[in-house]
Amino acid sequence: MTMNTVKFEKLPDRLPPVNTVGWVAWVKQNLFGSVSNTIITLLFFYLIFLYIPPFLEWSVFNANISGSDRSICDENRSGACWTFIKVRMEQLLFGLYFAQNPDQMWRPIMAFIVFGGLLTPLAIDRTPYKKWLLLILLVAYPIFFISLVGGGVFGIPKSDASEWGGLLLTFTLAFVGIVLALPLGILLALGRRSKMPVVRSFSIIYIEFWRGTPLITILFMASVMLPLFFPSGVEFDKVVRAMIGITLFQSAYTAEAVRGGLQALDKGQTEASMALGMGYWQQTIFIILPQALRISIPSIVNTFIALFKDTSLVSIIGLLDLLKIAQNSSRSLDWNGYDIEAYMFAGLVFWIFCFGMSIYSQKLERKLDTDRNVE
Amino acid sequence: MTKSDSIIKISKLNKWYGKFHALKDIDLSVGRTEKIVICGPSGSGKSTLIRCINRLEVHQEGSIQVDGIELTDDIKQITEIRSDVGMVFQHFNLFPHLTVLENCSLAPIWVRKKSKVEAEEMAMQLLEKVRIPDQADKYPGQLSGGQQQRVAIARALCMQPRIMLFDEPTSALDPEMIKEVLETMIELADSGMTMIVVTHEMGFANRVADRIIFMDEGQIVEQNDPESFFKNPESDRTKLFLSQILDH
Ligand SMILES: Nc1ncnc2c1ncn2[C@@H]1O[C@H](COP(=O)(O)OP(=O)(O)O)[C@@H](O)[C@H]1O
Ligand SMILES: [Mg+2]
Repeated sequence: MTMNTVKFEKLPDRLPPVNTVGWVAWVKQNLFGSVSNTIITLLFFYLIFLYIPPFLEWSVFNANISGSDRSICDENRSGACWTFIKVRMEQLLFGLYFAQNPDQMWRPIMAFIVFGGLLTPLAIDRTPYKKWLLLILLVAYPIFFISLVGGGVFGIPKSDASEWGGLLLTFTLAFVGIVLALPLGILLALGRRSKMPVVRSFSIIYIEFWRGTPLITILFMASVMLPLFFPSGVEFDKVVRAMIGITLFQSAYTAEAVRGGLQALDKGQTEASMALGMGYWQQTIFIILPQALRISIPSIVNTFIALFKDTSLVSIIGLLDLLKIAQNSSRSLDWNGYDIEAYMFAGLVFWIFCFGMSIYSQKLERKLDTDRNVE
Repeated sequence: MTKSDSIIKISKLNKWYGKFHALKDIDLSVGRTEKIVICGPSGSGKSTLIRCINRLEVHQEGSIQVDGIELTDDIKQITEIRSDVGMVFQHFNLFPHLTVLENCSLAPIWVRKKSKVEAEEMAMQLLEKVRIPDQADKYPGQLSGGQQQRVAIARALCMQPRIMLFDEPTSALDPEMIKEVLETMIELADSGMTMIVVTHEMGFANRVADRIIFMDEGQIVEQNDPESFFKNPESDRTKLFLSQILDH
């Protein structure tokens, strides 16, 4: 037997086969590929056909938007009464104080515009100095917001937080809850994994206590019991009480979301940083948290979204958030009977904010992944 | 090697994981610039031993002295020892969210308090030494296993350690990448670094080691220079082990 050496010949690289399937074929394959697939597709289109046209007719084609009182709507009951929303827009967005003082309305409007101005560049990939921008948003912006909307400084008339309402209040409560609960939650999550028994027990008890208590109860407690813990001279604004309650509650949830990220991290990361001589805080700040927070972005944002919606519970301690104002308006003599419009508007605003958060978190996740070129 | 010149002194070291006795009465001193290779079957305590040296594991009995400093619970001393002792892991353990350059310069900046410029300059020098300066701005996930392990070596060297510990640095690598890592380690050995290497690469051991230590069941079974170790192993355990890893 002789050994023959065969020369290795490299085959030329080819492009993958081009998918030449047209849209007709795509539809056939994907929507009507099998019997069950066909049934589901048909059912789906049937439901769309059944519900969408009447809805559009009511909400768009037959809808009323002109005028400034209910007479127009009352004449044409086949369409939605957006006149109501239009007339009450200021209240819905900014609450009673600003609706009654239209000359002051520029303040919340400006606050929202600045917020958008800070947030938009954060969502754009190429923005330089993002870290600083984020820092401004989280630290400087709240101060700016309080001085501008709250007033009482620089000759701006004071507006009591208890008179804020509508989207302005919803936004304020959610923003404060998120901004304060994030650092607290991170500390609690770290504390829960601490080697020091006192720190660990405190974190566990704190987290489990607030997590096991419904927000409604916490808000009640904050409004009734909080004053008991402070000397009788200290008067707490209702809104501040709600903020404290929400922050305590939210930090427990944020902590659990962050803990999920901490747990997912490989032990080797800590070991490598220890082996390099880094101390606990150096490891935590440079190695552990950047990775753990990235992993937990989806669950953290989830808790943000839940909080944004949960803020509507403050109505039970007498605050007029977006949902409550919408409800109240639809029960006023002027607009009695137009609840659907009120709830739809409130729902839409909630949805825009929550969907925005969701989109932003997905974008952030994708970006962080592609940055590091991991699948 | 004279005793007075030893940089690591381990005596009567005992270590338990719970009730499990992982290291038993380990005595070992390592001289300056000495290269030690530790081998032995899986679970024999090799990793545990070298991880005790930089306090990634805490021992219960006996003493470990590194460069004259006794390992105790004192955080300051532990940090001092850790920054003088570099470690390379089986699974590299690079920081995936940092670039190669940041991986290498982070600890020098924050632990050694170097300026950013200085730390990055040295990182580049060491990346050149391990022959991957062109990858400095990439993330670890974009490199091959061999490249990652060389970055890990550079990262440890950036702290200018006096001792380097290696825990099976090539066992997670594809065969064609083992060589490039071993070459880097040989160069490091030739430069006079004190090294303790847990490995089963017997070619490397033969070429570099001053002493080979064979461990089993948490004990040091025997130690010898490479020639005697391979030619005349004293213990039957060693013979069995060598026949298993050298056969194929
Ligand atoms: N963190 C740990 N907890 C409990 N047992 C451990 C731990 N680490 C190692 N061991 C046990 O200690 C023994 C020695 O482990 P190790 O030092 O990793 O061995 P080697 O590196 O030689 O394979 C093994 O039996 C292992 O199961
Ligand atoms: Mg091991």
